[in-house]
Amino acid sequence: MSGWLRHHWLSFVQTMRRLAATPLASLLNVLVIGVALALPLGGYVLLGSLQQFAGGIVTDAQISVFLAPDASKADVSELEKRLRGSAGVQSVEFVDRDKALAGLRRMPGMAEVVATLRENPLPDAFVVTFTANDSALVQGLEREFSKLPKVAHVQTDSAWVQRVNSLIRFGRTAILLLVALLAFALVAVTFNTIRLQILTQRDEIEVAKLIGATDAYIRRPFFYLGVLQGALGGLIACAAVVIGIVLLNRDLAGIGTLYGTDARLQLLDLGDCLRVLAFSGMLGWLGAYISVSKHLSQIEPR
Amino acid sequence: MATAIISFSQVSKRYPGGYEALKNISFSIEPGEMVFITGHSGAGKSTLLKLVAAVERATAGMVLVAGQNVSSMRRAAIPFLRRNLGLVFQDQKLLYDRSAFDNVMLPLVVTGHVWRDAARRARAALDKVGLLERERANPITLSGGEQQRLCIARAVVNRPNILIADEPTASLDAENADTIIEVFRSFNQVGVTVLISTHDEKSIRKLDPRVLTLNHGNLA
Repeated sequence: MSGWLRHHWLSFVQTMRRLAATPLASLLNVLVIGVALALPLGGYVLLGSLQQFAGGIVTDAQISVFLAPDASKADVSELEKRLRGSAGVQSVEFVDRDKALAGLRRMPGMAEVVATLRENPLPDAFVVTFTANDSALVQGLEREFSKLPKVAHVQTDSAWVQRVNSLIRFGRTAILLLVALLAFALVAVTFNTIRLQILTQRDEIEVAKLIGATDAYIRRPFFYLGVLQGALGGLIACAAVVIGIVLLNRDLAGIGTLYGTDARLQLLDLGDCLRVLAFSGMLGWLGAYISVSKHLSQIEPR
Repeated sequence: MATAIISFSQVSKRYPGGYEALKNISFSIEPGEMVFITGHSGAGKSTLLKLVAAVERATAGMVLVAGQNVSSMRRAAIPFLRRNLGLVFQDQKLLYDRSAFDNVMLPLVVTGHVWRDAARRARAALDKVGLLERERANPITLSGGEQQRLCIARAVVNRPNILIADEPTASLDAENADTIIEVFRSFNQVGVTVLISTHDEKSIRKLDPRVLTLNHGNLA
């Protein structure tokens, strides 16, 4: 093993010992970082789940074209030809009014309601799927279709998805701002930890300089400390978010059985956790770097 | 002189604030010499030693140590200069959060020695200063003389060519001071160049060594 590698190992061991030497202070630092990171991370998970939920309901841009009640079979096939012939249309699905009623009857709690009906109130309909989720295209075709004969009403199914998506975009921007702010806080916390550590080890640093330690040698344990503290904070953030999701999912499962949906929040996967660790570790390194550059040069042997 | 291991030529040191500690000093020391620097308090003894170890930089003149110009040395090169110097301080600068053994290990850890080899050398150094049986002790529990000897053990563990001691006997009684000087002499006898500052000319007189006397920053 080369001397350089050995020193890296020694620095790491020494850093762990220093963290363990002041367990309460280290724990509090790590907790502060963990809580600060858990906020945006939790928000990110919520948004991701919301987006998936919205996306799972309508994946493509769709509109429903409802026909007038007096439309004949010939009108239907004529209209279907027109719809299929329009540019930007991927598929056209005919939903028979009887089939639609049968579908409605299958939905939980709706069978009793349907049974009270004397006749089928539902119209025939086409579900038109577009090749691209382009709001200009969808709106253009929506106007065009509503002017066709025997068309009673055209409804854009994706409108509310777009609304949800723009809300998610808003949420994402808010989270990014939060991340930027808390990243700054994390750097500041690390900066201060390292500053205190440098002050406590003032004598050791001075002696190390006098016996021929290079600046890199003296800096290394502090970088380890910064990175380790940041990464441990990231680990706590991941753990807090995962525990939070598990608890929320238990409640959501109860709501889900009531409403007949399978609503659940996504758990963080290993990749997400590793990215969080890398990010927080990097911020820790940055805080350590700024602190070491500022404070270490002030300690010169006299 | 080409063979000199330490040479000062027309060196002056002025501290910020205008105090001139050394004025136009020139001398040179051959490899294997043992030289004492004497003079009253404030004569510039400590400053002279600090210039050798690059703790301070000369304001004028040239300081050569082992062929390197210390007064114009890059910051990054200083650690490598100090690895060839053994430094002993009046206030020892020992670390009290670790054992005597770990204090002596420090220079070897810094230079990345293999642990087993380093431990062997650290024990040899402790043995030379008569502290081997105290290796587990915390330096704070050692007497003044023992602390000074521990500081010497740390200075020599890297087998430096040059040993520099700033007032190593200042806080010791005559008997302990003699022991310390004797330890330095034993290293000098195996070829180490030794440079010691002291205000106590009595204790070194019987050695009849080479003495450089400073008086208000001038070489007498």
